[in-house]
Amino acid sequence: MTVTDTATRSSASAAADGVGVSAPRPDGVPKVDGSFVYSSDEYHDGSLWGVTLRSPHPRARILAIDTSQAAGVDGVRCVLTHEDVPGSKLFGMNTYDQPVLAFDEVRYQGEPVAVVAATHPEIARRACELIVVDYEELVPVTNPEIALSGQVEGLPQGGLVRHVRIRHGDVDEARATAEVTVKGRYEMGTQDPAFLGPESGLAVPLGDGGVELYVSTQDLHRDQRQVADCLDLPLDRVRLVLSGVGGAFGGKEDLNVHIHACMLALSTGRPVRMVYGREESFFGHVHRHPAIADVELGATRSGRLVFTRVRLVLDGGAYTSTSQVVIANGCYFAAGAYDVDNVEIDGYATYTNNPPCGAMRGFGAVQSCYAIESAMDRLAAALGMHPLELRMRNAISEGDLLPTGQPVDGPAPVQEILSYLRDLPLPADSDHTTGDMRARPGGVGNVTRGEGIRRGVGYALGMKAIGFSGGKDDTCTARVTVWIRDGEPVAEVHCAAPEIGQGVVTLQAQIVRTELGVRTVELRDSDTDIAESGASSASRQSWMTAGAVVGACALVRDEILERAAAVLGSPAAGLSLDGTEIHDCDGRPVLSVAELLGPESVSHAYTYSHRVTEPVDPERGQGDAHIAFAYAAHRATVDVDVDLGLVRVVEMATAQDVGTAMNPLAVEGQIEGGTVQGLGLAVMEELQFSDGRIVNPSFTDYLIPTMLDVPPMPMKIFEFPHPDSPYGLNGVGEPPNLSSTPAILNALRDATGLELPRAPVRPSDLVIELGGRANRRASARPLQA
Amino acid sequence: MKVNVTVNGVDHSVDHVWALESLLDFLRERIGLRGTKNACEQGECGSCSVYVDGVLVCSCLVAAGQVEGCSVVTVEGLAPDRGVHPVQQAFLDAGAVQCGFCTPGMVVAAHCLLADDPVPDDLTVREQLSGNLCRCTGYQKILDAVYLAAERAGAAPSRQGSRP
Ligand code: FES
Ligand code: FES
Repeated sequence: MTVTDTATRSSASAAADGVGVSAPRPDGVPKVDGSFVYSSDEYHDGSLWGVTLRSPHPRARILAIDTSQAAGVDGVRCVLTHEDVPGSKLFGMNTYDQPVLAFDEVRYQGEPVAVVAATHPEIARRACELIVVDYEELVPVTNPEIALSGQVEGLPQGGLVRHVRIRHGDVDEARATAEVTVKGRYEMGTQDPAFLGPESGLAVPLGDGGVELYVSTQDLHRDQRQVADCLDLPLDRVRLVLSGVGGAFGGKEDLNVHIHACMLALSTGRPVRMVYGREESFFGHVHRHPAIADVELGATRSGRLVFTRVRLVLDGGAYTSTSQVVIANGCYFAAGAYDVDNVEIDGYATYTNNPPCGAMRGFGAVQSCYAIESAMDRLAAALGMHPLELRMRNAISEGDLLPTGQPVDGPAPVQEILSYLRDLPLPADSDHTTGDMRARPGGVGNVTRGEGIRRGVGYALGMKAIGFSGGKDDTCTARVTVWIRDGEPVAEVHCAAPEIGQGVVTLQAQIVRTELGVRTVELRDSDTDIAESGASSASRQSWMTAGAVVGACALVRDEILERAAAVLGSPAAGLSLDGTEIHDCDGRPVLSVAELLGPESVSHAYTYSHRVTEPVDPERGQGDAHIAFAYAAHRATVDVDVDLGLVRVVEMATAQDVGTAMNPLAVEGQIEGGTVQGLGLAVMEELQFSDGRIVNPSFTDYLIPTMLDVPPMPMKIFEFPHPDSPYGLNGVGEPPNLSSTPAILNALRDATGLELPRAPVRPSDLVIELGGRANRRASARPLQA
Repeated sequence: MKVNVTVNGVDHSVDHVWALESLLDFLRERIGLRGTKNACEQGECGSCSVYVDGVLVCSCLVAAGQVEGCSVVTVEGLAPDRGVHPVQQAFLDAGAVQCGFCTPGMVVAAHCLLADDPVPDDLTVREQLSGNLCRCTGYQKILDAVYLAAERAGAAPSRQGSRP
């Protein structure tokens, strides 16, 4: 079977839909008319349904598993446990430490223990309930500080995934010169990616003993390697095809249904569909690491930072996933987008019996940006300085050294970004005692007359690296093929880059139109038939895919021009291609591409690599670890009802440098979407736990922003072309996710005068009567123009 | 049980429907119309929005047996002949589609909103569509799409059509 909708992904619109314009999405029409096939829509005649049995305990020893009753249920085709895993019993993105199906011990609530295939999902679910697992419950370790103490038994590596140490300058010496110091502890709860399209897929057994898997993912090839290892199959017997991805945000980098669906398909010889429900989805993917950050800042009285010290603890949960990378990314940017000579950073990622955490959008940098930006406001208050002025006084610029010793290269227009927010007029005051009740914090359900509503304004600045860092260099391959159909050249792009909503398919078509002038561009399904693209993560995919497609287009163009040169008997160097025609050096059309190619096609693949990076050293954390940096900042305006603890975010103003806006509408969409995920993390989104058990695994209890929670988002998109990237583009997806949360926290602090040391902020944190005057903080000075 | 229902103008008569089967499952698995999405099955996300006899419902909260004799319109049936309805076109033009998983439900809900109120104000749009979650867009472009559709319908609100 094929994923039929993607065949319609062709665009015959004008060549004008090239790079730099808001070209329409090739997958747009099927997405609005309902015909686009997501992984949960995959269908195959005669397919079975797979369902997973998960551990109800956060930590328990498995003494026995009895599947006999379940296997005997009418309609059940097979029941599999760890004993049935053909190859490696462990998988993982960087470290194989997570059981495909649990054996010996379950380490988090929701860990898969068995899988069932049946003719109907309800039959499979009922059969799961008949599997008898004999557990001996153990006391779970749920506190990351206790995990780090080295006092608890039973955690891998004594509870420590990785300690990252960065030493820059001399903090102890600098402390003596600091005239003002502030200290604070900032905590962040667990955010869930909460993509709308659940984990799902279809596995189809092949005649040769192999398997084909249609699945939603952020990285087909990394998945393929893990699936093949666990199935004990060679790579060429495991074919992955990207099915429609209903959002990812880092939650679809780790495997979910993949191996289970394939095992069931291979065991039964039948196609198997698996689709998680919403509750299961909360257990089926990684979350954003919850964090505890201790920040100490020292500055001169004039507001120049002299040292920054951060201790960051991220709870990685039961298995490694990407925790080594997330803690590193958190530490690289823990000192913020500021030029400071003396920095000491210690980051620890831990193992506990909480659910595994992974690389959710902004991975680690979201947590550390929240901490440093909260501390910067505290410093501004201590100095009696406007928070924006303090930031502008210390903003990083090109050539400054990062705490990792790498000079900042590429544009660093932090002053420009902050100036925009400084100069943008504030939104008008709202009179909540007389105005539309729907505009109050809490909306029409608000039972006061709005007399306790206070306005606050807050700022935050964020910086992170784009692409994979620290020696984890990777590549992206694309193939471009041009042939003639009905007298017109058609180009096809084949690339494994996962389209997860960000619009990388649009970008590929735009690039081909720009490079070759061919109007009709078709996008083949992303699959493992071509070499890897790397993950749609770390804001890297546009950059990497653009590099690959530009490279492949150049090879195709060169071949077409050489063939034309041979036909025309003139040197290729003087010829050019505009899609349908070859032009001579005077710009005159001399040969049509249709005539030149006839029934033949021209096809080239190109593998793009970014510049080489190096790992940081373990002692002082020094090294040229990054390929590029991106910056964004937010100004949040909030209304807080201090009697009820309710918040309305009135406006989120954003400024971001994107290098080159390859597709302005898509860029705006990324910034708006990232801003709103940060808003959720500031005021409502938290996965809550009780002794390692998730308390709120539903959209009834885990709240994500609705249209009513979202304010107007004026924005300024700066375009300072990056010298190293295709077209000067820079990564866009993650930066707006960094500064959004702390800008709102700072605005809430401004409105209430409370410290608010924890995100997300709960209503009880905001009621001034409850918060108590002891929690008040010094207030900052108004901005001097 | 047996269920007789008209979906997007086509009559269906389906045997052996389970007593607790939702209209959502019925549409997706029995009729094969998988444009209507399941993102929560709890009435919280609006991804499964469809019309039943002209009323906007979450199809995950309606039992298939309840639509006996009814007329159901799904995202696949908004535009005649599988074309693109002006509301759908506005979603494309405004950049309101990213992953698109919320889009079918959002489009049906926006269609209903504009049928009732061809020139809605900002707070009305937000209230009316607040039952439809989107995780990708931050909603701004969806708002833009609703305004664009309303604007294009211009002085002749009937162009939005009435509820089916
Ligand atoms: S699936 Fe029906 S409201 Fe979410
Ligand atoms: S576009 Fe992805 S959920 Fe709305």
